[in-house]
Amino acid sequence: MTQATTNTTDDQPKMEVKSSWSFLRSHMREYGILFALVAIMIFFQITTDGILLKPVNLTNLILQNSYIIIMAVGMLLVIVAGHIDLSVGSVMGFVGALAAVMIVNWDIPYPIAAVLCLIAGGIIGMAQGFWIAYLRIPSFIVTLAGMLVFKGLTLWLLAGQSVGPFPKQFQLIASGFIPDLFNGEDLNLFSLFLGVLVALIIVGLAVRSRMEATKTGSVEEPFVFFAAKNGLIFIALIYMSWLMADFRGLPNVFIVMALLIAVYSFITSRTTMGRRIYAIGGNEKAAMLSGINSKKLTFFTFANMGVLAALAGLVFAARLNTATPKAGLGFELDVIAAVFIGGASMAGGVGTVVGAVIGAFIMGVMNNGMSILGIGIDWQQVIKGLVLLAAVVFDVLNKKKG
Amino acid sequence: MSTILEMRAITKEFPGVKALDQVNLSVAKGEIHALVGENGAGKSTLMKVLSGVYPHGTYTGDIVYDGQVKSFGSIRDSEDEGIIIIHQELALVPLLSVAENIFLGNERANRGVIDWRSTRKGAAEVLARVGLDEHPDTIVDNLGLGKQQLVEIAKALSKNVRLLILDEPTSSLNETDSEKLLDLLLEFKSRGITSILISHKLNEISRVADTITVIRDGAAVSRLDCSAGISEDDIIRDMVGRSLDDRYPPRIPHARDEIAMEVKNWCVTHPLHAEREVVKDVSFFVKKGEVLGIAGLMGAGRTELAMSLFGRSYGAHIRGEVSINGAPVHLPNVRSAINAGLAYATEDRKTYGLVLDDTIRRNVPLADLEGVANGIVVNNAKEVAVGNQYRDRLNIKSSSIEQETVNLSGGNQQKVVLSKWLFSDPDVLILDEPTRGIDVGAKFEIYTVIRELAASGKAIIVISSELPELLGITDRLYVMNEGRFVGEMPTEDASQEKIMATIIKSGDQA
Repeated sequence: MTQATTNTTDDQPKMEVKSSWSFLRSHMREYGILFALVAIMIFFQITTDGILLKPVNLTNLILQNSYIIIMAVGMLLVIVAGHIDLSVGSVMGFVGALAAVMIVNWDIPYPIAAVLCLIAGGIIGMAQGFWIAYLRIPSFIVTLAGMLVFKGLTLWLLAGQSVGPFPKQFQLIASGFIPDLFNGEDLNLFSLFLGVLVALIIVGLAVRSRMEATKTGSVEEPFVFFAAKNGLIFIALIYMSWLMADFRGLPNVFIVMALLIAVYSFITSRTTMGRRIYAIGGNEKAAMLSGINSKKLTFFTFANMGVLAALAGLVFAARLNTATPKAGLGFELDVIAAVFIGGASMAGGVGTVVGAVIGAFIMGVMNNGMSILGIGIDWQQVIKGLVLLAAVVFDVLNKKKG
Repeated sequence: MSTILEMRAITKEFPGVKALDQVNLSVAKGEIHALVGENGAGKSTLMKVLSGVYPHGTYTGDIVYDGQVKSFGSIRDSEDEGIIIIHQELALVPLLSVAENIFLGNERANRGVIDWRSTRKGAAEVLARVGLDEHPDTIVDNLGLGKQQLVEIAKALSKNVRLLILDEPTSSLNETDSEKLLDLLLEFKSRGITSILISHKLNEISRVADTITVIRDGAAVSRLDCSAGISEDDIIRDMVGRSLDDRYPPRIPHARDEIAMEVKNWCVTHPLHAEREVVKDVSFFVKKGEVLGIAGLMGAGRTELAMSLFGRSYGAHIRGEVSINGAPVHLPNVRSAINAGLAYATEDRKTYGLVLDDTIRRNVPLADLEGVANGIVVNNAKEVAVGNQYRDRLNIKSSSIEQETVNLSGGNQQKVVLSKWLFSDPDVLILDEPTRGIDVGAKFEIYTVIRELAASGKAIIVISSELPELLGITDRLYVMNEGRFVGEMPTEDASQEKIMATIIKSGDQA
């Protein structure tokens, strides 16, 4: 019978903007995670006597987590589409090994090798996506198989040895910094300039979209929140770029990451394709009956994941300056945890790129902070596990209440 | 004969709907008592009250069983008293054996360890009583539907059933299996087991029933004694006899002479059972500006017909021709069907209609995202404008278009589904049970939209199990039964009796 008519909201449409408090309650998730990151950073900044935000440590933090963030962006699409990819760690290790064998053993020029590696990642993603999208084999199974296969192939490719070192130029992918075009003395002025520019663009775009929304009368967010959020982002970006400019400038990887985040944020939130991926994750049957080609999109998300895992593999190999059989081991779990901490739903259809990135930073800051404090790897794992659980429990309870 | 069960003045309310209103039901010991009524009349609700699915306290009225007033808190309580209900959808675990299913939840065990010998022996006994010649270790999935039904009954027997309730037991059975089942009921009767049979098939009821209670709109309207000799016409009149007030907008004919869609010799088989043809050689047409109805009982094949037409979303071995606006079209997938000007609003809006966690704004343009985008980039302003436009046009009651559809009432959810398909601007709109489970006010609004669309030249096909609704809003009707179109009539010549008679006659012939 009709059981679902209890929780209806048949009241007349309210035209006034909601009060700040009720808005905060209904958007707890989005702000909660940002608050959590800020709180965790403040906590470690204090407990580590300010080491956390020292320029050199901040730069390290970003370098250390770059490959997790690169993969988290791809994993977000996969999870939003209602799937999971357990193979990314192994694929990443495999591609790193492939790069090492091509560049070090076969003397293939590194730009060509890098392109070939990205293509290989795409093919691996497609090979897995084919089974999942077209034959409807559960992604958990397919990528679990992929994880074993590529772990094995990495061992075979490297013959159990570490292969390296890479040419200087290749290493710069991960360890290089953008040159200072302005020739600052102690400060990388160009990096600072870029940081300010990006901050201005982000805030500018936010203001523009808010003005658009005001015109169509669909503003939900109270102005205080809008101003506070954007102000915080603006100051944080400039402060961070100033800190890094004070060390050696913005790392190359940082630029790559920033571009990926920007592009994928745009794809997920503003394009028809992004919308369709959310729709198939939210309700695949309804999406298919709305004419959405769920097979093609699922296939795409896995192909895309493969390319990003390959990119992460290149960055990781370049950073370590060697390809080892153990590279990427267990990284898939960090990546998946980052996406779920960032608010994505296991059932699909929910999650944002920025959330996943913040989730990755939460994990990264905790790793870094706890290492500085000298907490052993044993307790680090326990604490990280509990944080993941807490984030998801918070999510579920919050949803029930709302 | 003494009375085994008496339900007195049962009233059951759901939020906004009175499903049962002061219903009385009296069943004599050892009889077969038939419960008939239209879909949604309240038969199943009444049986759920009886069996404790709706526990004591959620309804008002008394259940007197065996001379005592009972207050069942759960199915378990009613089963302990020997009241066993067998639902329309079988409740067997397909991958367990017959014996395991029979004693599921009621295992023959010593301190938690299953006694397999006793289980198999007990199963064999009850299987023999229902005349099913299968080994107790057979996996249920390997049995046909008729035999599965018998396993359900055997399960009931294993619990020492005294009052057996069967909800549409023959709806998915073929003729032979149905006959067998009815014979079995007669045999139980001779052994003193009382049965309540819910069925649409009046020929079956007149064959086995001793007494008939007719339920209509949540009230028991009549009690017929079969020994006095009653005709199917009497039953039908009681089933459908309600007046049509002004629950429908005025029906001004808008049908034009051009045919919007024509379907010829459409055949569809079941996707898993290749031998079962669910749509058999169906041909029909709908004109521009016409509201066409398809009447029929549940399981007649109407949804299957609609979904197979809509880009082959259902079925296998689909054969036949479709033309839209005079040109033959090939519709291998949903996208091509939408592009050809077809739209299908599903009967199950939660499973197939909406992305529930998404907002109204994001659900409305889903079937035509290009319509709110510049190239591949969604234009937020346009999307908001479209959302607000349809929210106003269909009067979707919500705090704003940013409200998630999961929090809307059934009627408003249905309006969002309708908005989605209106925005895709189809020539032919198929609406499958467009008002199922929604309140009278929202129904009227949806009827009004349907008539307005017809006035603007769209062709509308309405599939509905509610005959008054079809009679109220359509211009022309087809009657479908068991996969075939068995009748066609202009709505002005149609009546509920006539449609029911068409269905039943076609069933008798088969």
